[in-house]
Amino acid sequence: MDIKELLKLSLRAITANKLRSFLTTLGIVIGVFSIIVLVSIGSGINSYVTTQISSLGSNIFEVLPGGEGNVFGGILSANLKLQDSENVQRNLTGIGKVTPLLQQAAIIKYKNIKIKDAFVGGVSYQYPEVVTSLKMKYGIFFTKSQQLSGAPTVVLGYKINEKFFKNQNSVGNKIYVGEKQYRIVGVADKTGTALGTFDRDNIVYIPVEQAQSQFGTSYIRQIVVSANSKELMPLAIKRVEATLLKRLTKDDFSIETAESISETITNVTNVLSLALGGIAAISLLVGGIGVANIMLVSVTERTREIGLRKALGAKRSDILKQFLLESVLISVTGGLIGIALGIAASLIIARLLVSTVTPWSVFIAFGFSVLVGVIFGMAPAIRASKLNPIEALRYE
Amino acid sequence: MPNNDYIIEIKDVTKIYKADGVETIALNGINLKLKRGDFLAITGRSGSGKSTLMHIIGLLDKPTSGVYFLNGTDVSKFDEDKLALLRNKSLGFVFQSFNLLQRTTAVENVCLPAVYAGIPENERMQKARVLLDELGLLEQSNKKPNQMSGGQQQRVAIARALINDPSIILADEPTGNLDTKSGKDVMKILKSLNKNGKTIILITHEQDIAMQAKKILHLEDGKIN
Repeated sequence: MDIKELLKLSLRAITANKLRSFLTTLGIVIGVFSIIVLVSIGSGINSYVTTQISSLGSNIFEVLPGGEGNVFGGILSANLKLQDSENVQRNLTGIGKVTPLLQQAAIIKYKNIKIKDAFVGGVSYQYPEVVTSLKMKYGIFFTKSQQLSGAPTVVLGYKINEKFFKNQNSVGNKIYVGEKQYRIVGVADKTGTALGTFDRDNIVYIPVEQAQSQFGTSYIRQIVVSANSKELMPLAIKRVEATLLKRLTKDDFSIETAESISETITNVTNVLSLALGGIAAISLLVGGIGVANIMLVSVTERTREIGLRKALGAKRSDILKQFLLESVLISVTGGLIGIALGIAASLIIARLLVSTVTPWSVFIAFGFSVLVGVIFGMAPAIRASKLNPIEALRYE
Repeated sequence: MPNNDYIIEIKDVTKIYKADGVETIALNGINLKLKRGDFLAITGRSGSGKSTLMHIIGLLDKPTSGVYFLNGTDVSKFDEDKLALLRNKSLGFVFQSFNLLQRTTAVENVCLPAVYAGIPENERMQKARVLLDELGLLEQSNKKPNQMSGGQQQRVAIARALINDPSIILADEPTGNLDTKSGKDVMKILKSLNKNGKTIILITHEQDIAMQAKKILHLEDGKIN
């Protein structure tokens, strides 16, 4: 029996029960659709985080409190002091620039406008030299003398200036950070980047000493180091370690490069992608069971037809192929529709949030739908092919 | 030894069904020889074993014991695929309830055995139209079974039985679901096929139908009477 004839037969059987075929196909559509969308979201988050981190620069690294491998626990440890940052800077002369960082959420206020979700970053005047992606829009970053004088000066992040001053030059104005008033000396340009919940445009920068007294702490959150070149990174890391080990132990701090951070986060998001894909795969499995179910019904309904075909000379393999092709056609149709809808939805999500359609997820989804058709169509098709023609012909 | 003069030679065929530990003897030591061009009617009451015999002759069932030579070949030990091939090439079936595929046109129904014989579409469609024409059904070619009368449907089924040009036609109560006139038409067709050399085996419980065959075999309790 040639493939053209088989295709004709399967199409006729599928179109004979349009609603039933549609509903069965829908199960596969939903399964394939969710695989593509969820995997796209997963890999979207992944590439978003990776770009964000690499935008910081490849010669930047951070010293965090808490030992190695203690990514999140480090947030809770407090043992890095301002003095450590200064010691590090002294030993990195000609090799790199250093800034301490003490960031915390705080309420900031201008006249009657209040921003509750802003971050306050306590840093040194060297911050723009360390984090070179930060460019000034208006004014300047606070200077060494301004920092040392203890004058309450502040640099606004792009979004803060947008909310308070509608993007106008606000240098010279005064805002409140908590209960204390600060004079604006500069406004940063849009960086368009964020690190987790830490939006680098939704922030104000104040001298680190001010931040310490404002938040009532004698510690700092991290030390950010920028080596003068990528080649100097290993030397810089070595010097930083040596400097810190004079006062601290190995378990008190850890060094994270942009690469190691992005590696850690990529690991997390990969697990996330897999988990999302796994959940979606379950829905495809359910769709497959729907195919098996409807094929069993179809075989039962067409018992007489199968008996007749066998009496007229159909071999077992002819009947097997006929029913297998039918279930594969249903699954593949569902797969193709699911892929089209999934890609469309992923592209829409990409505009609103993050999502990247990965070719492998499309291939896997398509492969899965073919596989579902074969696997779940196999049992009903075998059952059909094994029917005894006499009994099948007698079947009412 | 098989005798090649006979198209069908059945020797000492027995068929026993087992269900729930109970044995039912459907056929008991049947011997039958048919020459090419014979026209045999098998009669008997329901339960006499005539359907079982028909199924064995039609290669739809295997005997429990005994041998069956078809065209001089022992087919008793053939596997399923070989039997399917033989059914396809050497036998034509006509059923009481026509057994046409619904939602399928007359001409496509006629083509069905040719599809399994691997005959190309153009060729089989042409053959099917010729057969439908000979049976006076050319105008019904593209009609579906539910648009045709019983007599027309049975003639479509006869065309289907003929498409692979088999030497034997097996007709199981072919007039059973038809009115008298259509029944007569079907018998006329079978007789003319027989005149043109086809071997016909007819199962019926109607005496006047059986009388139209050249030979009559009467079954009772699985034995030839």
